[in-house]
Amino acid sequence: MKTFPPSDPAGCAASPEVAQLVDHLFRREAGRLVAILARRFGAEHLHLAEDVVQDALLKAMQTWPFTGVPANPTGWILQVARNRGLDQTRHRQMGRAKQPELASLVEACLADAVHLPAPQFEDEIRDSQLRMMFVCCDPGLPPEAQVALTLKVLCGFGEREIAAAFLVREAAIAKRLVRARQFLRDQRVAVELPAAAELAPRLQAVLQVLYLMFNEGYKASHGDSVLREDLCADAIRLGELLAAHPLGDRPATHALLALMGFNAARLPARLGTDGAILRMAEQERALWDREKIHRALAHLETSGRGGEASRFHLEAGIAACHALAPSEAATDWRRIVELYDELLARDASPVVALNRAVAVARLRGPLAGLSALDTLPGRAALENHHLLHAVAGQLWLDAGEPLKAAVSLRRAHGMATLEAERVLLARRLTEAGG
Amino acid sequence: MSTSNKSQFLLLFRHPNEAPDPSPEEMQQIFGKWMAWMKGLKAQGHFVAADRLDDGGKVLRGTSVTDGPFAEAKEIVGGFVIVAADHLAHAAELARGCPGLAGGTVVEVRPIEDLPPI
Repeated sequence: MKTFPPSDPAGCAASPEVAQLVDHLFRREAGRLVAILARRFGAEHLHLAEDVVQDALLKAMQTWPFTGVPANPTGWILQVARNRGLDQTRHRQMGRAKQPELASLVEACLADAVHLPAPQFEDEIRDSQLRMMFVCCDPGLPPEAQVALTLKVLCGFGEREIAAAFLVREAAIAKRLVRARQFLRDQRVAVELPAAAELAPRLQAVLQVLYLMFNEGYKASHGDSVLREDLCADAIRLGELLAAHPLGDRPATHALLALMGFNAARLPARLGTDGAILRMAEQERALWDREKIHRALAHLETSGRGGEASRFHLEAGIAACHALAPSEAATDWRRIVELYDELLARDASPVVALNRAVAVARLRGPLAGLSALDTLPGRAALENHHLLHAVAGQLWLDAGEPLKAAVSLRRAHGMATLEAERVLLARRLTEAGG
Repeated sequence: MSTSNKSQFLLLFRHPNEAPDPSPEEMQQIFGKWMAWMKGLKAQGHFVAADRLDDGGKVLRGTSVTDGPFAEAKEIVGGFVIVAADHLAHAAELARGCPGLAGGTVVEVRPIEDLPPI
């Protein structure tokens, strides 16, 4: 498969399909190759794997405009990674004592890789990515480090991009990653799939990271929309990878895939023509992605086999009610409230309770929703959060009480920090006449 | 492509070597712009040849041999393109489309001298 350099002068940028063919190619290859190299080098040399891949990708970026895209980009990058890895370990200024060892490590680990037949190579990439998911979500790492590491290692996101997605400073992300790599080194974490005895909690950690990734991407409120949709797509991609392996083929994995699929299906309808965020009631349902909904339904069905009901099952059930409803009015709000009740019984989160109050208002009217807000468990925790007051304001508006609505909306407006949310709230405030 | 009434020019690209490393997604964007530019040159019949140059090299001066290719080691030569254009100003105009310019890439435009065949 790998010939070097397999340049394609005739096809260099000449065909219009090249641009589509290589959509996200660099990020995708970064995720694939760092995983396979880290597996071969060992997790303690994760940084070396990241370095040589980054370097090889830079070469690709500088070379391909002049030579054309090789027929086998992965093979080309891997071959360059091997050459450059050897170069780099020979010339590295830091840690001179270790150089010969690293050079032989690169040679030993990559010499055969460049000659592997494609199907075998793709198998190894899938297997490496799966193993690295468990490494990145090692229970010894704080959850925010697990997410950052997953995004860096398996999705090929840069530190700036991770920082932008999570509204954290780039330096903070860099520090998290340095500490995480240090942990993997110090603890000599093996690039292995978890043993049967510890599978359940380890799988739970991986699913939780995918859930966080997806939600971060799904939030309508901030950041670059392209980057956010990439986060959603990657969370689903890694979830599918997990579900395709006997180890990850569990009810909770399918429930999470169903949940993400139903929500992702609504993404195309979420912004109005003016770029403003639309509430579900305002969305053009014809724009919802039917194919994604069907796949999510299949996962939901599979998730029901096994008698296990994770919180993902409940959330997927709620998302399914929305995705399958022909209109806001025809939504099965009774079922949604029941599912929220079950969720609350598991986890008395004020945010879940807030969502439940909205569903209660749809089922029994705005006053019932407002009363649910009054008795919200953990209300104090939300008192200073704009969402509580934004919801209350909307419900007072629906109840035909513009004066009360204005009081809540003004409080919400004062607390909201993100511009998109402030614009939305200002609009509602105008509706309330003040 | 007919280049009978056109001359050929060498475009030599030197990239500054101090920019921070782009992320893979940023590389994708940079790459996409270069590919689009190359595609444009081809579509308009200006493209003759191109290749990538290694950043290493040697420079010989008298009896001395130094690592090259430049005195200013901060720059690396990224590659070259040979284009067919009506005249030097036209070639320079084509070079103006180089997407690297905004990021500090220096483009040298050199006419390939048009003399009778040897």
